[in-house]
Amino acid sequence: MSLDWTFIADSLPLYLDAMWLTVELALIAIIVSMIIGLLFSLVLFYRIKYLSGFIVGYVELSRNTPLLVQLFFLYYGLPKIGLHLSEFDCAAIGLVFLGGSYMTEAFRSGIEAVSSSQLESGLSIGLSKVQLVRYVILPQAFAISIPSLGANAIFLLKETSIVGAIALMDLMNVAKDLIGMSYKTAESLILLVLAYLVLVLPLSLVLTWLERRVRHAEFGG
Amino acid sequence: MSENTEILLEVENLQKFFGDRHVLNGISLQVKRGEVTVILGPSGCGKSTLLRCLNGLEPVQGGTIHYLGQNLTGEHVNWREIRQHIGMVFQNYELFPHMTVIENILLGPLKAQKRDSKEALQQAETLLDRVGLLARKNDYPRQLSGGQKQRIAIVRALCMNPDIILFDEVTASLDPEMVREVLDVILGLANQGMTMLIVTHEMGFARSVGDRIVFMDQGKICEIADPEQFFTEPATERAQQFLNIFEYNKL
Repeated sequence: MSLDWTFIADSLPLYLDAMWLTVELALIAIIVSMIIGLLFSLVLFYRIKYLSGFIVGYVELSRNTPLLVQLFFLYYGLPKIGLHLSEFDCAAIGLVFLGGSYMTEAFRSGIEAVSSSQLESGLSIGLSKVQLVRYVILPQAFAISIPSLGANAIFLLKETSIVGAIALMDLMNVAKDLIGMSYKTAESLILLVLAYLVLVLPLSLVLTWLERRVRHAEFGG
Repeated sequence: MSENTEILLEVENLQKFFGDRHVLNGISLQVKRGEVTVILGPSGCGKSTLLRCLNGLEPVQGGTIHYLGQNLTGEHVNWREIRQHIGMVFQNYELFPHMTVIENILLGPLKAQKRDSKEALQQAETLLDRVGLLARKNDYPRQLSGGQKQRIAIVRALCMNPDIILFDEVTASLDPEMVREVLDVILGLANQGMTMLIVTHEMGFARSVGDRIVFMDQGKICEIADPEQFFTEPATERAQQFLNIFEYNKL
């Protein structure tokens, strides 16, 4: 079987557009969900009344429903109550809704891994609870959390592959359309896999490097 | 030394429970300025818990603690403020692993006390020099031995200019050859008139550093005595039994 290189060359712009969409969605999802995760994990740490309960409920709802269902809810459900969001907004909100809970859990486990005697040590020099979090807990928790934060980032990047379900022209949708219209299945799929590799591999490598660096700085020899 | 009669800490009928266990049962104790009080007793007698109560790390269920007349057992105690005056050194050092030695020492003075950074740095370096570790100021805790870490932890407490320092079994995690370097630092502080409460299992050290010995058992103070008196002729049978455990030559 030989590949149709003209077809590949002609399809490239479509894939590049879709890659850009994927990058945009993934960046929003990763950055916003990390901010949410950090804030929510602190609310859980401080055991803030009512808010903590709300967050526990959110985490369970978000982690125990598929992203596809969440997207359908946003895209087809919300208009029923008069709220019309664009496809892109729905996808971004859906990914953030999903990622926020995973990031919350990643930060929470890091915070909980900082030993209680470290907290007492910080208290014993008169630090306030906010200072304790900022200077003692978060730097240590962040180093512990980096592997799971990184795994979540990659997970979110890959999860963008289902936003085609709400009519966005992402990589999956482009490949599906090209196969449907031209029957160039092999070419379309090869481009699809390569496109994801080009996106995910660098992120993966950067995260591995970051993980090593932080480990070395904090606890290494 | 005429003002040395000022009472810094006054504990009265302190009660502490862990669930059903009565860990502190009616502890009463006065600590005067400049006094070195060594607390001895078998494991689980409540001596560490007592120290932790004095620093607000454990809530108490009864009795009172007064620091310079201020009640520490009432509502709304400003522990942030109190802990700047009552320092604590822990058994496992508890230096912050992500900070250098000097950052560890300056965190409290700069962030909790909001002191001038130049002045605090100068004091930190003077203190580091005094414990012989000035050259290690930019090292991380992981690069130091246990004895060095504990000396840094003492400097960290000292740099807050506390009125009292609580020492909670600070040599218990150390290799034998490192115990001495830490005890020497504490002995030096005693000679400078630092007020200290020391929980330890080092009997020889207790005898030489203590102005008085507080012997505890099962959550109560059994006796308070002058060190010479305590180690030669303890008043209670319980203390006698306790001391016999350390007399290996009688085996």
